[in-house]
Amino acid sequence: MTTAEQTPLLEIRGLRIEGRSEGRWSEIVKGIDLTLHRGEVLGLIGESGAGKSTVGLAAMGFTRDGCRISGGSIRFDGTDLRSAPIRERRRLRGNRIAYVAQSAAASFNPAHRLIDQYCEAPVQHGVMGRAAAMADAVDLYRRMRLPDPEDIGFRYPHQVSGGQLQRAMTAMAMSSRPDLIIFDEPTTALDVTTQIEVLAAIRDIVEQFDTAAIYITHDLAVVAQMADRIKVLLQGEEVEEADTETMLASPRQAYTKSLWAVRSHARPERPPAGPEETPVVSVRGVTAGYGEIPVLHDVSFDIHARRTVAVVGESGSGKSTTARVITGLLPPSAGEVLFNGTALPPSYRSRDKDQLRQAQMIYQMADTALNPKHRIREIIGRPVAFYLGLSGKRLTERVRELLSLIELEPDEFIDRLPSELSGGQKQRIGIARALAAEPQFIICDEVTSALDQLVAEGILTLLDRLQGELDLAYMFITHDLATVRAIADEVVVMKEGKVVEQGGKTEMFRPPHDPYTELLLSSVPEMDAHWLDRLLAERGEVPAGE
Amino acid sequence: MNGPTPFWLSAVYVALVFACAVGLAAGFRALLALAAPAGLARTLRTAPLTASFGLLVILVYVIAALFAPLIAPFGEREVVGGQFLPWDSVHLLGTDNLGRDMFTRLLYGARNTVGVAFITTGLAFSAGAVLGLLAAVVGGWLDQLLSRTVDVLMAIPALIFALLLLTILGTSVVNMILVIALIDSTRVFRLARAVAMNIVVMDYIEAARLRGEGLYHLILREILPNAAAPLVAEFGLRFCFVFLSISALSFLGLGMQPPTADWGSMVRENATLITFGDVTPLLPAGAIALLTVAVNFVVDWMLHRASGLKE
Repeated sequence: MTTAEQTPLLEIRGLRIEGRSEGRWSEIVKGIDLTLHRGEVLGLIGESGAGKSTVGLAAMGFTRDGCRISGGSIRFDGTDLRSAPIRERRRLRGNRIAYVAQSAAASFNPAHRLIDQYCEAPVQHGVMGRAAAMADAVDLYRRMRLPDPEDIGFRYPHQVSGGQLQRAMTAMAMSSRPDLIIFDEPTTALDVTTQIEVLAAIRDIVEQFDTAAIYITHDLAVVAQMADRIKVLLQGEEVEEADTETMLASPRQAYTKSLWAVRSHARPERPPAGPEETPVVSVRGVTAGYGEIPVLHDVSFDIHARRTVAVVGESGSGKSTTARVITGLLPPSAGEVLFNGTALPPSYRSRDKDQLRQAQMIYQMADTALNPKHRIREIIGRPVAFYLGLSGKRLTERVRELLSLIELEPDEFIDRLPSELSGGQKQRIGIARALAAEPQFIICDEVTSALDQLVAEGILTLLDRLQGELDLAYMFITHDLATVRAIADEVVVMKEGKVVEQGGKTEMFRPPHDPYTELLLSSVPEMDAHWLDRLLAERGEVPAGE
Repeated sequence: MNGPTPFWLSAVYVALVFACAVGLAAGFRALLALAAPAGLARTLRTAPLTASFGLLVILVYVIAALFAPLIAPFGEREVVGGQFLPWDSVHLLGTDNLGRDMFTRLLYGARNTVGVAFITTGLAFSAGAVLGLLAAVVGGWLDQLLSRTVDVLMAIPALIFALLLLTILGTSVVNMILVIALIDSTRVFRLARAVAMNIVVMDYIEAARLRGEGLYHLILREILPNAAAPLVAEFGLRFCFVFLSISALSFLGLGMQPPTADWGSMVRENATLITFGDVTPLLPAGAIALLTVAVNFVVDWMLHRASGLKE
């Protein structure tokens, strides 16, 4: 596949990029070397802020607003992209170098049909005429295993699903048969089951056209499936680079090893509660929906003190709706929610202060969960003052206690605004706000899905510790089975608003499974370069384009 | 000097005025930065010149409005000489159609017009913003009721509606304030509701609701701080519009009644003089324009800071 003797397709030497913040330029990429041959796939991995995307964009000779390339060279097939005139660079972009962004939904123009957007680049660059481009689109849609390839192009972006849109975008990137495609986290926003389809489709098409690719992701297991070589970045510097196999088997650097180690974290299941113990929260036969359309059908499960129940399923399976029923935001049309054996009023409006206090929630997006205009003192202090009636010095003391509890230095953080915190710190403040109410039960709605692995790991450990110290019951909503393995005692699998399977974690991870649970479990990427091949073979899927 | 002023001389005048404005603004900014406490001083030092110019102009207007009786050489309604006297050392800006001192009336006009505009905007703002935020938070029938009422009110052209209401209710300053406040509050309502709509869907509002917070806390503590930036900008714009409405109504004879000094009516009373190429009748209009520009400069700056834009 690789022809190492040739001159490389892309050669980046000593790349330095500076970003401007608060009127000062600071280096965000500190001397990266990168070589890519024709038909080769390079995986770029690292946490957010490592400079992956910046390097990816620089491979097109492009920098985001507020960034500039301050040193090094970028040679693409003999052209120096740094010194090439803007016209020359434009000619290459979308034609010989293409880019696939993380969020296809945000990258497609919602006002144009998919096929029109497909045709744009080849027609613009004079590669082919419009009619030819449209015929080509149908062909590529078929190769990308999109359903109904003849007609799907004539739909608008909002009329197809997220996974289909991501594939349509990859097809679009292939439209001018580029020599190089840059994939920037193309599957991060997708469910595990959808992710498989997109990964398989991307890999096929890259192989079929012998396209070189840079695959940017923070998910190690994903990159293991896609890349020939892996380069690990940390804070704008290269940590190490090696063949995928070598990298997986024997990472050299301590940082890489720590990334690998996260995956293996798991907590043993706690012993189940006795039958005579009243569950903290008991969802009984809940049916609920928005307007006329029911979203939940007869959902029942119990959550006991000191135990974590993970609710898993794809997006749209009713996980978050269940949480809304429990919190009282969405009164159910049938069934009830019991708290310590007594039924809760269906709407939060009719619940009393103590009932509200006992059940708290931690949100997925810490950015929108904290009022940006309030200081940490007020965010955490408000529930303390509101529920427990503390004020003045005792309030401040309690806030400081809570900050220490979530492992943030009180003096340093108490007067900050949310915008002055990192993603992981924000999520910790979200946890502190929930704890401030001194609840018995906390709903964690995808609390780690927006975070990097190492940071997420820290949050999970913290939640685990707090559970032990404060006897909390958790309902953990997630689509990530690695998280389930790490934190859950019991698992509830949901699909299309119904509970498909539930039971203890150990039992759930041991076959036999319900077919849907099996599908979810098998879709979680594993740290094995041949996992995807094996899985596709098992599922009996033939590569497209035969 | 006889004959038309040569072009180059006009250009020099304009350049001089501009240079003076820039110099004054810079000087004022330095002065403010010195006088203000440490935290504020840094903000003020980095303020653009337009903003400090705006602040300076507003300050001058406020002083003029507050201390009009002390500064003014004559009484507001006092006839002090012949009609339409030219500018001289006694009557700095000449006299008007009844022989009242123009400079004096300009000062009192600041007090009347700006004061009334401020009260009106304040009223329009409190009513519009509170109802708009309430509509967004409560939703349901209250939102429907308020929004449809506002739609109906907005469907009628503002000036004609004001004239109609004033004709029905009778012309008085209080009526004018109430009428303009009512009309302008509909615009504020729409903005406040739209801004708050984007905020109430945030998770932190959901968290506050689930905590059991009342409407008062939700609106004042959770939503208002986040809606403040667009509302402040709207306040500046609204102030200018209200100001213009008052002047327009006064010009039409339905606003402030003579002999009260008011910039709108002053333009009308002295309009004849424009035919003779005299600039005096345009001075009140210029005063209105200058204040409008100044307020917008300041608002732009505040908006810029609130939105966190850098360059």
